[in-house]
Amino acid sequence: MLEINNLHVKLEEEDKVILRGVNLSIGAGEVHAIMGPNGSGKSTLSYVLSGRDGYEVTEGSATLDGEELLEMEPEARAAAGLFLAFQYPVEIPGVGNMTFLRTAVNAQRKTRGEPEISAGDFLKLVREKAKTLKIDADMLKRPVNVGFSGGEKKRNEILQMAMLEPKMCILDETDSGLDVDAMKLVSEGVNALRGAGRSFLVITHYQRLLDHIKPDFVHIMAAGRIIKTGGPELALEVENNGYADLLAEGV
Amino acid sequence: MAVLQSKQDALQARLSGLQFAPGGWLGAARSEALRRVTAMGLPGKRDEYWRYSDPTGLNATDATPVDLFDPLDEPAPFSGVDRLKIVFVDGVFDASQSDALALEGVQIEHLAEAGRADIHWASALYGVLETRGQSPVQRPLAALNSAFAAQGVLIRVTATPSKPISLIYQHKTATSDAMLHHCVKVESGAEVTILENGAAAARLSHVMEVDVADGARFHHIRAQGRAHLRQAITHLFARIGRNAAFKSFTLTANGHLTRNEAVLELLGADSVAHVAGAALGDGDFHHDDTVFITHAAERCESRQVFKKVLKNGAVGVFQGKILVKQGAQKTDGYQISQALMLDDDSQFLAKPELEIYADDVKCSHGSTSGAIDETALFYLRSRGVPLRAAQSLLVLAFLAEAIAEIEDEEISDDIRQRLQSWLARHEH
Repeated sequence: MLEINNLHVKLEEEDKVILRGVNLSIGAGEVHAIMGPNGSGKSTLSYVLSGRDGYEVTEGSATLDGEELLEMEPEARAAAGLFLAFQYPVEIPGVGNMTFLRTAVNAQRKTRGEPEISAGDFLKLVREKAKTLKIDADMLKRPVNVGFSGGEKKRNEILQMAMLEPKMCILDETDSGLDVDAMKLVSEGVNALRGAGRSFLVITHYQRLLDHIKPDFVHIMAAGRIIKTGGPELALEVENNGYADLLAEGV
Repeated sequence: MAVLQSKQDALQARLSGLQFAPGGWLGAARSEALRRVTAMGLPGKRDEYWRYSDPTGLNATDATPVDLFDPLDEPAPFSGVDRLKIVFVDGVFDASQSDALALEGVQIEHLAEAGRADIHWASALYGVLETRGQSPVQRPLAALNSAFAAQGVLIRVTATPSKPISLIYQHKTATSDAMLHHCVKVESGAEVTILENGAAAARLSHVMEVDVADGARFHHIRAQGRAHLRQAITHLFARIGRNAAFKSFTLTANGHLTRNEAVLELLGADSVAHVAGAALGDGDFHHDDTVFITHAAERCESRQVFKKVLKNGAVGVFQGKILVKQGAQKTDGYQISQALMLDDDSQFLAKPELEIYADDVKCSHGSTSGAIDETALFYLRSRGVPLRAAQSLLVLAFLAEAIAEIEDEEISDDIRQRLQSWLARHEH
């Protein structure tokens, strides 16, 4: 599904190298987790894959089902099936949440050459998905993320994911700022979307989230590289011992 | 104080190109107006209220000719709205394109014919609100209009008519110089919507005096033409009674020079005055909103909401004042002026003012200028919305607060549609 090969990235404005040769292969239906200390390049990886400005790829590639992602505009990557759940979802005053969702769904359909979803079908679908995420009608009417609590913003991200039905989902610290109940709700939302065709890359600091969203593989990232890969037990090891031993090993 | 010679010279040159129409009550009102403008002279660049906009083109004896523009690609504003149409071509009433001036609950007279009749209510309004509006800020171009305008309508609303009254201004001669003066009296308990649209002429001078009686409601929505290098100076004067409402929204898309002045007086308790505008400028565009709202009674609410989208050297100006008089307790005054700059070449000049002589009031003002939020743009694109569509969505979101001031949904949809088309035509 997602193949990242020897990816090197630096900040465009300054001569600061962030990623130094990331290799990662995610198969269809797999859930991978990336953990690592602050500043190791986890969020940068998610931004580079989704096409945010400000980064320069100096070497390497990233493909989604064989298509080179790094040369596509962000909207084309989304239409190709990539989705990033933001660590800090953006507030957009003046744009209603519902309008936003419908514009996004229809834009992707249009890009893929599919017919637009009818207003009635859309409404039915969004109400059904919102209900399972405990998103009420008021949240759907309000401007995108404006006045939402931390938990509401994250649930809104998962709602977008559910509506857009991407095949490759990246969750960037989706657990940050969530209390135990909200984390459970968000995780249930994610788990409901797990299926044969859909893959996940879960970026997190804490093993906690991985109790709810069970990964197939856990990777440890440090200084812009993946230094160790293992099963779910690797996350427990980090939780118990911290990164010090792994970092010493990785050098 | 003697009036500057340059202002007097400008006035004399301007007067040489105008024809005075004496006779009747209207002639008397015009003479009074001529006296007022003679005492003031025409505006100059050194006047406090003309610091950001150059009045030269408005003062000139003749209008600068402007190429005609026919927007064949979209229907004229308000086309879908059931309304009573009154058409002016280059500032002159055109009966052949207009509806019969008959609508239940409304009396409509032509200014051109009004001088001969004794229209008591109009003689108590024509030039009267304009005169009130001359202090503390002089508005000589409004007095000039009162002195020389020969065209316009006098509208008296005694009930709530079934449809809006639509004033349509067509520009068909490259050199036309139009002067329109309208008076609207909304009697106690009545409610009316006035629509205005069109570029009108190469140069337009426009005055509308509105008397909103106790318990009456006045709605005004105008679209000032598009992609057109005309010049325009407009004045809205309003006197608002008790428990009454005045609401005005203006859409301006291009125009070499547009100065829209609104001078509103809240004279009775528990009333509202809302004035809003959305302006879209690309290139040779100078747009000026100059607003003065006086709170002279208790528990009134005023809102000024002005949003400008500027690119390629377009200039936006906002001068907005709230004056709260002694005794106007529990006043709620809100003022916001914002510019969205789509590039680095454009300019926004804002002068918000508050002057308050009551101690129990709530007044706020804000003014900002900035670029499109790149983070929001990326967020939209990451969800699959293409760049152009994402930009348009954010521009419309920026304008939303101003458009929300239009109460009628059909009309606000029409305005929103126009904004969308403009954005589509003026992509980077």
